[in-house]
Amino acid sequence: MSETRINLEQVQHVARLARLELTEDEERHLQADLSSILTYIDKLNQLDTSAVEPTAQVGDVGTPMREDEVTNRPDPDAMLQNAPAQRRHLVVVPKIIE
Amino acid sequence: MSDLFRLTIAEARDQLARREISAVELTRSCLDRIADLERRLNAFITVCPREAMEQAEAADARLAKGAAPALCGIPLAIKDIYLTRGLRTTCASKILGNFVAPYDGTVIAKLRAAGAVFVGKANMDEFAMGSSSENSAFGPTRNPYDLRRVAGGSSGGSAAAVAADECIASLGTDTGGSIREPASFCGVVGIKPTYSRVSRFGVIAFASSLDQVGPFTKTVRDAAILLRDLAGKDTHDSTCSARPVPNYEAALTGDIKGLRIGVPREYFVSGMDREVEDAVRAALTHMKGLGAKLVEISLPHSEYAIATYYILATAEASANLARYDGIRYGLRVEADNNIDLYNRTRARGFGAEVKRRIMLGTFALSSGYYDAYYLKAQKVRTLIRQDFEKAFTQCDIIATPVAPTTAFNLGEKINDPLQMYLSDIFTISVNMAGLPGMSVPCGYDSKGMPIGLQIIGAPFSEETMLRAGDAYEGSGAIKRQRPPL
Amino acid sequence: MPSEAYEAVIGLEVHAHLATRSKLFCGCTNGFGAGPNENVCPVCMGMPGVLPVLNREAVEFAIRIGLAAHCQIANYSIFDRKSYFYPDLPKGYQISQYEQPICKGGYIEIPSDGGKKQIRLVRIHMEEDAGKNIHEEGGSLVDFNRSGVPLVEIVSEPDIHSAEEAGAYLRELRALLRYTGVSEARMEEGNLRCDVNVSVRPKGSDKFGTKTEIKNLNSIRFVEKATAHEIARQIEVLESGGRIAQETHLWDPVREETRPMRSKEFANDYRYFPEPDLPPLRVEDQTVEQIRTSMPELPAERREKLTRDHGLTPYEAGVLTEEREVSDYFLGVVEVGLKNYKTAANWVMTEVLRVVNESGKSIDGAVPPAAETGALLKMVEESTISLNAAKMAFPAMCKSGKGAAATVGELGLLQVSDEAAITAACDQVINADPAKLAEYRAGRDKLFGFFVGAVMKAMGGKGNPRMVNEILKRKLAG
Repeated sequence: MSETRINLEQVQHVARLARLELTEDEERHLQADLSSILTYIDKLNQLDTSAVEPTAQVGDVGTPMREDEVTNRPDPDAMLQNAPAQRRHLVVVPKIIE
Repeated sequence: MSDLFRLTIAEARDQLARREISAVELTRSCLDRIADLERRLNAFITVCPREAMEQAEAADARLAKGAAPALCGIPLAIKDIYLTRGLRTTCASKILGNFVAPYDGTVIAKLRAAGAVFVGKANMDEFAMGSSSENSAFGPTRNPYDLRRVAGGSSGGSAAAVAADECIASLGTDTGGSIREPASFCGVVGIKPTYSRVSRFGVIAFASSLDQVGPFTKTVRDAAILLRDLAGKDTHDSTCSARPVPNYEAALTGDIKGLRIGVPREYFVSGMDREVEDAVRAALTHMKGLGAKLVEISLPHSEYAIATYYILATAEASANLARYDGIRYGLRVEADNNIDLYNRTRARGFGAEVKRRIMLGTFALSSGYYDAYYLKAQKVRTLIRQDFEKAFTQCDIIATPVAPTTAFNLGEKINDPLQMYLSDIFTISVNMAGLPGMSVPCGYDSKGMPIGLQIIGAPFSEETMLRAGDAYEGSGAIKRQRPPL
Repeated sequence: MPSEAYEAVIGLEVHAHLATRSKLFCGCTNGFGAGPNENVCPVCMGMPGVLPVLNREAVEFAIRIGLAAHCQIANYSIFDRKSYFYPDLPKGYQISQYEQPICKGGYIEIPSDGGKKQIRLVRIHMEEDAGKNIHEEGGSLVDFNRSGVPLVEIVSEPDIHSAEEAGAYLRELRALLRYTGVSEARMEEGNLRCDVNVSVRPKGSDKFGTKTEIKNLNSIRFVEKATAHEIARQIEVLESGGRIAQETHLWDPVREETRPMRSKEFANDYRYFPEPDLPPLRVEDQTVEQIRTSMPELPAERREKLTRDHGLTPYEAGVLTEEREVSDYFLGVVEVGLKNYKTAANWVMTEVLRVVNESGKSIDGAVPPAAETGALLKMVEESTISLNAAKMAFPAMCKSGKGAAATVGELGLLQVSDEAAITAACDQVINADPAKLAEYRAGRDKLFGFFVGAVMKAMGGKGNPRMVNEILKRKLAG
């Protein structure tokens, strides 16, 4: 049985950050799953990486950039084709309270 | 029923060019095969016979004029992770269950331009997260060699479809082994090219620094043909290499004399299936017989690869999947405020494995944990890359098993996520180092289940990797056994 | 403690829209006036499978404003993902720059206490904007036209110590953004946004007090007002023994006061990490030099030129250089060969700007070309017409689009400098009112103005004032 690497409050906090509504059952399962995974991941601490650079990028591409040109044509119908709710070409969402 | 579906790309290309067969006939043959097998196999989420026949007819018109591209008229299955304009694209998730792609991804556009035919969107693990295709919202794909077993994942549908001849070739994606492992489990060829070799634009992102597009084919030659049309610079993908694309088919000389094959001692570990190990070692011996040299090498940080992967991939994924929020497209669970809308939409729309990985990734990036997890993992990734850099000074390719076992039973590993993750052990480092890797069939176990040999190359050395695989395959080392379907 | 015993510590965070043609990471139009969700594509809508590609011009603009603000331009900077959920944020993260921005350090010089003061910058970085929410009854509507528009975020050190300094800083920053062509920087149009961080502390203390953040300010005047208001509020709270809560306040432009925002349940954890879809941004020294040498003249340089070469006061130079087009205009006016720069400066600041402001158009469309205005003022210098005549001619020129000479001719404004005519008019006026003449000669000097006015009226306002004065004085003296 792996020691608890993540407690229930932390699971709830992460679920809030990730906007995932979890049932109590799910919370408990996730706590167990994540704990065992995090325990496994702990093996990385066996490695001394103080002198190692993090991998910035895998690839040989330099800095690709595009010219400042308008290449898109207006097509609100196509862009909103999959919208769950729309009105007058705007996406409808519940009232946002600032 | 005609069995044109058994053809390879190379064979079909010839017969189509000589007008011995038509694209329509070939496509019809595959569609009939799909209709025959799909209830048992479940390799497809969406089959599109109407669109496929339209594409086939257009291909025939082009073939009639002569000098058509290699893929013209070739029926392909496309993993449902690629945006195909006008077609439902679900990523095997409820959250995109009704999503119709408004644009074509770059490789899809390339394939269309080449006249290829899309017979359907292939099943997969939801958001490419899994090693068995059991995490699909549309049911698992079964292994054509034994319907009680998994086809592998996450590109299980693409692999099974080729193995069962439901199509001539297919597209998958590979983030931690998702092409190579199902290829191994289903006895077909699967390639993950060098990271940045193929454009990712229009491929639903799982882990941006690891994802790569690749083909499933029946032969190595076919993979070389297909890869050539997929690879190349794309102005829509800032991470895509501008390096010229060689003629991969021309590299298939059949000659591997003097080729130095690195054999990493860390990859032949206890816990591996005995028959898998035997088959792989036999393949190595065989290649030695063809003139290659075996060199023992060490990749000392191999044991840390899975831990590293499950931090980096899930961290990137947690951000990549934030856009699935019920606002602009996909599933929406209505609520009277936005927070509940997000919470409930994502709760209902994502499966358990996806939620698990989002949670892990969010945690790894969260305040107070970033250094210990994300940053640490990026550093270990550097060590893993350096292992391979050193190794490639001593060898030209590296050969290993693809998976520790053959295809496992449906339901066997699904309840133990960590166990499932550990089956990626041989493939995952290749993604971390951005290297090209392929799976080539190298035998069958005593139950008739396929075993794959993994060949890994140095960056952008697909020619060497393909040459080695083709030489091995062409030497008659193993005789292909068709699945009993 | 009385309020003078406190010192206000203010830092400003400014977001400016870059004036590029297209968005930061896609080829959609960067602009206003389109219908909802017309300037969008899969990339800026955050659809599955899309990837960002950096706009070259946006990078150049960021470097330009960095150079104008004396920043260090980084040869190596990276983009990061800043994660949070909001309906107008399509990807659920904003592509921004966190630990390694494109510009670091720098300063903006403002007038202060009769001299100059440098407000140091922390950094300038690039990022994309989010869409816009429109609130209606029972729901909100989201328009993604603004999603993906390029921004620079300019962060100052807390070197500002008053509402006036905050205003001066914004004015100078706005001028820099406009002079370099980087941004139109109009707060009222939303392409310049400013958040203010305010705290107070006893004078002489080096510890920072708790700061509040003020948002929703859409003019420089409101920034000044809100800042002053918040400083006063904080002092009052501290004086009455209370504590400042670390809050975000929204400025209410109608009531002209701040009120705390509904406090967020949980502070945002943005979970920054390097953007894997974009390689690091590498900028060569050579590129920076090229941009530096092709930079247009900046406001400070121009103000220096106007005070040094044209003898204008710092105030006059300041007004004229607020907009590049205005100081361009001034220089165009004096270029015709004027000697009296003050008159010209005054003319531009009053006559020209009045017409421009009233018309709502730009200086190009509203007033005659600078050379024509210059020609008009030259006529005044040469006494061909009086200043008053010029003031009559100018509006006519604006309306008709005709030149100075033509307009003056048409309106019959040529000044009369004929000695005989003036003498005749003086005689006429003097003879018309012997009583007043007697009063004047008895010592009531103030009546001189009355006589001048009468002569001018008799001459239809066209008498050469200098000559009228001379001749009239002589004649009145007897």
